Amino acid sequence: MTSADNLRAFKRDGRIVVVGASLAGLRAAEALRDEGFTGSLTMIGDELGEPYDRPPLSKQVLTGWVSAGDTTLPRRRDINAEWLLGVPASGLDLATNHVRLADGREIPFDRVLISTGVRARPWFVESEAALDGVFVVRTREHAEGLQRALAAGPSRVLVIGAGFTGSEIASICRERDIPVTVAELAPAPLVGALGAMIGDVAADMQRAHGVDLRCGVKVTRLEGDAQGRFRRAHFDDGSTIDADVAVVALGGIRNTEWLRDSGLAAGVWGIACDTGCRALDLNGLITDDIFVAGDVARCPNPIYEYRLISLEHWANAVEQAQVAAHNMVSGQADRWPHLSIPVFWSIQFGVNIKSVGVPTFADEVVVSQGSVSDRRFVAAYGYRGRVTAAVSFNNAKWLDHYRKLIETAAPFPPPCPTPDQPVDMKPVPVDFPGPTLLAQGATVVVTGHDPGERRVTAAQYHR
Amino acid sequence: MTTTEMPGTLRRILDYSSRADPYPLYAELRETPVARQEDGSYVVSTYRELTQLLHDPHLSSDVRNLARPMPSAEGGGTPAFINVDPPEHDRLRRMAMRHFGPPHTPGMVAGMQGDLTAIVSGLIDDFAGKEQIDIVDDFAYPFPVTVICHLLGVPREDEPRFRLWVNDIINSIDYDPKIDPKEKLENGVRARQDLREYIGGLLEQRHGRPGDDLLSRLANDDGPDGRMTDAEIVATANLLLIAGHETTVNLITNGMLTLLRHPEVLQRLRDEPGLVVPLVEELLRYEPPVHIIPWRAAYSDIAVGDTVIPKGSQIMLMLASGSRDPNRFHDPDRFDPDRRDNQHLGFGSGIHLCFGGPLARLETQIALTELVRRLDRPSLVTDPPPYRRSPVLRGPIHLNVEQGAG
Repeated sequence: MTSADNLRAFKRDGRIVVVGASLAGLRAAEALRDEGFTGSLTMIGDELGEPYDRPPLSKQVLTGWVSAGDTTLPRRRDINAEWLLGVPASGLDLATNHVRLADGREIPFDRVLISTGVRARPWFVESEAALDGVFVVRTREHAEGLQRALAAGPSRVLVIGAGFTGSEIASICRERDIPVTVAELAPAPLVGALGAMIGDVAADMQRAHGVDLRCGVKVTRLEGDAQGRFRRAHFDDGSTIDADVAVVALGGIRNTEWLRDSGLAAGVWGIACDTGCRALDLNGLITDDIFVAGDVARCPNPIYEYRLISLEHWANAVEQAQVAAHNMVSGQADRWPHLSIPVFWSIQFGVNIKSVGVPTFADEVVVSQGSVSDRRFVAAYGYRGRVTAAVSFNNAKWLDHYRKLIETAAPFPPPCPTPDQPVDMKPVPVDFPGPTLLAQGATVVVTGHDPGERRVTAAQYHR
Repeated sequence: MTTTEMPGTLRRILDYSSRADPYPLYAELRETPVARQEDGSYVVSTYRELTQLLHDPHLSSDVRNLARPMPSAEGGGTPAFINVDPPEHDRLRRMAMRHFGPPHTPGMVAGMQGDLTAIVSGLIDDFAGKEQIDIVDDFAYPFPVTVICHLLGVPREDEPRFRLWVNDIINSIDYDPKIDPKEKLENGVRARQDLREYIGGLLEQRHGRPGDDLLSRLANDDGPDGRMTDAEIVATANLLLIAGHETTVNLITNGMLTLLRHPEVLQRLRDEPGLVVPLVEELLRYEPPVHIIPWRAAYSDIAVGDTVIPKGSQIMLMLASGSRDPNRFHDPDRFDPDRRDNQHLGFGSGIHLCFGGPLARLETQIALTELVRRLDRPSLVTDPPPYRRSPVLRGPIHLNVEQGAG
């Protein structure tokens, strides 16, 4: 049989397993059927219930406007799949091509898509995390629980971590007229993603809306009462605050532990893959039948010096799923590279924040349109004289223009003035908190001496 | 980039003789995506270049940014937000949108469904006993005019007065000093003056009298941006009145014409009313009511395609050509209501995206659904029908239809 015959046979009656049944998994499954795949399709997901949309969970669901149950993702077509829900995958055997489930079942596949995403990073002390009134927000159940707690009218909410999720939750507290304290280790909100200039704007915005914002502090302990209810938080400067609700918004943990013994290049940063969404193995060699998409994927982006980048963005999950699905049922010559420019959005304190590109890949930033004090502007990010990202506050309609500037490596700062010129158009250093804040332990070690025997093995995870 | 010969493709497009079918000329135009004209202006006709420009912050809608100021029918009045740049544009549009759509008034357009259906039904009831129907005069004109009058709070019975003004204004939009008689512009200037005075008179009565119509709401609004000045309210209301008049008329008429030319699609629409939603989108691509944005200005040098358009240049955007660009739409000259990924330029794109788009969509969906449902074996009396003069807002001036034929 030629490889074209093989491909035809695979498309007709091959077996595809999708591990991770959320946005990326569902969209990939739909795209597989769109591409003419008629074989068996199995969807594995650790959550019960239909795939749902997560962005509203920290926004409209928490205001009470939309119920958590009404966030089910629309189905773009019938996918005729077998759904294995409520049990997580616990292993991947590449020698026999099986996915192992936590209940012991083994699911065979010809090709597999890994889209297991991210889970919320829990509070680091288990007993404190278990206190009544301590929340994370990642799933429907989380959002529903927090919504109920907010509706009960708490005397104060403490949000730990002022990234996007934490800032959105703080915004909703103020919208619901609930006193809120935000504690952030960095010097300002959003600073890890967008840098110091935008961080200062975000800090002003929070304070102007009555948030008790405390930056440069660390929450050291969550204290409960005799009934196991959260009552008080302790900070590293010795101060305390009384509150009924604590929301832990410290980012996510990529769901890769189940792949530890799989031989794939999976770790805390995600699963490395090529732009065709094929996973790399531990040695950095490309695999043929293992594909990755969504938050858990770590994919090189040629625009950003081919660095491996993992993105927890809605649009990235959708686009990567499309490419992965196409490539799963296409011959080598017909494969697509996933080359889209990252985009994400947030809504907080009445402002639509939208970003295009990779703002952390920058050394300078300049306000290129609008007015910072009016909270409607575009800031362009540059790296060594070219545009690499842009962030808008209530000015999202211009971002297509900036995407084009990024794609064409246009000069930074943008040279030509536009209407609605900012008062100050001088670039400033982008100023991200140092990498020490983000450092992780080693994940692999190399063994062997001759080129033919050198191999990578997984190291023990450091805590 | 080339300089086109006169009389070039553009001249022939603007000429009335090509009104019934400008599309072959658009194809000719697209051979040069960004074409410099002899007078130094630029014509852009391909989808990618058009969308790029429509999202380019260096593209200005303010006539003062043209190096060679254009004779304008504005006549020195306060411009409406369609001819203003940010931040003023954003402020004015936001203040108007507060009363028309989300987030402040989210249910507005959807809530009009019942009223719109009732108006449409009434107009179709009046067809009874007529041998021939003029889809324009008997239906596509009175329907959106009734709607926009109601929405703005303009008395419907004044329509004969402002119809003349609107006609003169529309005629002056594409005024070209090289070929048009000067009266065309002067009539436009006078008509704008008259319309401003008329709306200003209505506005005076609304101050201090809160009501549901847009004029009353704008006159008494106290939103986060404060209140528009009277001149701003008049300019906004004029814009909405004109746009509400002229564009939807063409869209509905073009729609009926297209359906009568594609009887198999007409039959499908009868059988599957849900088809009307993608069908109207395809119509906005295939026979849009607005063909051309006659001018924009380069605020700075703008790089587009292989061309740098110098600061101050006048730029003409051929939207209808972009929506037929084969590099963006597969088989673009085919009317295909099942078309996927149909991001047409029928409502423009970017910050000036059609303000009334959601209403125009709903009006046209209801109008075509009801016409198709209730007309008995309709057929065209003349094809092509006679067209209005304007190459910018393009549509038939009459569309005569017979019922019960063969």
